Amino acid sequence: MHLKPFVLTALDSATSGGRRYHVWMGGLTLIMLVGAYAYSLQLRYGLGVTGMNDHVSWGLYISNFTFLVGLAAAAMMLVLPAYILKDVDFGRAVLMAEAVAVAALVMCLAFVVVDIGNPLGGWHLMPGIGFLNWPRSLLAWDVLVLNGYLALNLAIPFYILYSRFSGRQPDKRKYIPWMYIAVMWAVSIHLVTAFLLAGLPARPFWNTALLGPRFLASAFTAGPAFVILLLWFIRRETEYKISEGAFAKLALITTVAAQINLVMLGSELFYKFYSPTHHGINARYLFFGLDGHNALVPWIWTAIALSTVATIALMIHPVRRNPRWLIPACAALFVGIWIEKGIGLVVPGFVPSPLGEIVEYTPSLVELGVTAGIWALGMFVLTVLVRVALPIELGDVRSPYIDERRVTTIVRPRSSRPPRADVRPVRTR
Amino acid sequence: MTSDPTTEVPRDEAGQTLLQKRVDRRRALGILLGGAAAGTSAVAACAPVSAMTPESKEAKLLAWREYIKGNYRTMTEAERAETIARLERLAELKRGVDVTIQSTGAQPGVVFGYGFNISKCKGFRSCVEACINENNLDRRAATQYIRIFEMEDGVIDFDHADATFQHEVPAEGHFYIGTQCFQCADPPCVKVCPVGATWQEPDGITVVDYDWCIGCRYCMAACPYWARRFNWDEPEVPAAELNTNQHYLGNRARKAGVVEKCHFCIHRTRKGQLPACAEACPTGARVFGNLLDPNSEIRWVLANKRIFRLKEDLKIEPRFWYFTD
Repeated sequence: MHLKPFVLTALDSATSGGRRYHVWMGGLTLIMLVGAYAYSLQLRYGLGVTGMNDHVSWGLYISNFTFLVGLAAAAMMLVLPAYILKDVDFGRAVLMAEAVAVAALVMCLAFVVVDIGNPLGGWHLMPGIGFLNWPRSLLAWDVLVLNGYLALNLAIPFYILYSRFSGRQPDKRKYIPWMYIAVMWAVSIHLVTAFLLAGLPARPFWNTALLGPRFLASAFTAGPAFVILLLWFIRRETEYKISEGAFAKLALITTVAAQINLVMLGSELFYKFYSPTHHGINARYLFFGLDGHNALVPWIWTAIALSTVATIALMIHPVRRNPRWLIPACAALFVGIWIEKGIGLVVPGFVPSPLGEIVEYTPSLVELGVTAGIWALGMFVLTVLVRVALPIELGDVRSPYIDERRVTTIVRPRSSRPPRADVRPVRTR
Repeated sequence: MTSDPTTEVPRDEAGQTLLQKRVDRRRALGILLGGAAAGTSAVAACAPVSAMTPESKEAKLLAWREYIKGNYRTMTEAERAETIARLERLAELKRGVDVTIQSTGAQPGVVFGYGFNISKCKGFRSCVEACINENNLDRRAATQYIRIFEMEDGVIDFDHADATFQHEVPAEGHFYIGTQCFQCADPPCVKVCPVGATWQEPDGITVVDYDWCIGCRYCMAACPYWARRFNWDEPEVPAAELNTNQHYLGNRARKAGVVEKCHFCIHRTRKGQLPACAEACPTGARVFGNLLDPNSEIRWVLANKRIFRLKEDLKIEPRFWYFTD
């Protein structure tokens, strides 16, 4: 029916644009190619080309993974008020947030794939032909919840966009139940990833009940902060109007989550340092260095400074409402949490080792190349998704096969909101 | 007496990082030209089958059959025999070595346990060397299952111990304590494996199916005794030094990207021999035996010595006890 024109229109939207658009996409492609080359070296020579070793056996890849799971989860935080509480201001932000979730998940899966030593054995994970150690292994849980979440975040926006493209109102009875599931699922992907680390008594740095809640708080800070940056950019560059109200609410969510995040960080620091036990030795390494080994110290204090300053700034109402301050504050929070939840969370779990040996970790050039490539991939995916979604949401593109009369006489179910509140009128030409 | 210095380079120092750390010029050049070489080999792989020698054709077929095989634990006896035959043939085709791979199962009424006499160990590291040779450990990365920590007389303090000492032993005012896989009764590494590539055998040995492991290294993060090692590069063992007496779950050839660990020399101990480390120890610090045999030496140690284990608070019941004279 409308599928072929949908795909063709999507391809057209994704590939056409001004000079700046092409430079952006070309730049991303170049970085992806560098990443692909770096990964080819890793495939050829083994993970020995990374900075990881038997002591620090997870590095930059898993650090980015834990951070990006949070970004993916947080997108759903925006779905909750928009579709379930019927908050119209949010409606327009949501599709963009889901695009962020998809891009973040693509990056998550890519980071896991590049981290495993035997990627060709990936089929061993598949139930049926392989063996998935579920429910015992938290990593098996993670495989399931991440893929399920990706499916949900692809299916729901596709249904909504495809319906609009075909000139129909998306049927709420069909997608709202899945929205509820997706919201709960968002919490689960992040808790499962936290439990994956928190469930290891071998690593006291992670083995804390607060890790899961901290993951959620930091995700709900970095996620909306990133969505604010994205929406601000979209509002500047396109005619897709996002109301001030949406920004205000996103900024409020970010601020509250950032405050909770700092409170939890404070509790963690108190617990680790007020009565320092041997279990706090990894935290000591992270924050103050150990016997002259202090590779992570500047990083973590940068992260804490960024988060603290940005949080305090956002707590001042006039500052939060002024885009000139809101945007840098959100960027600072995003970077701060990327450090704290990434390298600052994963690497100190391994230093010192469970037998007290200190081996520090520095990512290699190959590792940096692969990481940059995956981030470029994520931004590429995000750009394409936004490019495809925007014209459909704006009503600029519609399936050529729509019967015009039926579109105008569309009947809404009585239960849905009054037409006046509908912020997405179907514009027909 | 000092042990062979080649065995003493810890993995993390020898583990070179491409383009960044100490990579000698020839190797770096080789790596940079790798792209071109990869292209060439891809062309070779696409060449018509008729152009291949019968041996390379056979090796390709065997490698494919190996790739699609299942987890060792779920294989039937016949499937196990088939994969072993393939692996032995592949070793012959690829490296020209004649290896024998056992699949000896756990013996009934046996659970292995280990005792380590702190008073007797003098830090010679003969056990480390024996382990490397016995278990075909990667020579390039200098992988070691056993770690001997040198500590100052007084308390057992791993934080201030040195496992990379390079001087004459025993050093004045120091004592030595060795670690390896403790074969825990409730192994935290086993339950985290997403694909079930590592498990505990009935005789208490936790093993790895190297061909089923996907290399996620979750088990390495889960081990509280730092007992697991990863093959960051393709492991190298000179053919002349290869131990051809192998076990599927033990010292057979590993490949890049998979985890390995101490398996109490499964190919020896299941046949009633001592593990290589216990046999090599010149001071008699190592006691190995069947915990279910009331007359075994290990049982005598457990009954008559003051014993302790590391990290008892984790409640994972390692089967490795320390004691003093």
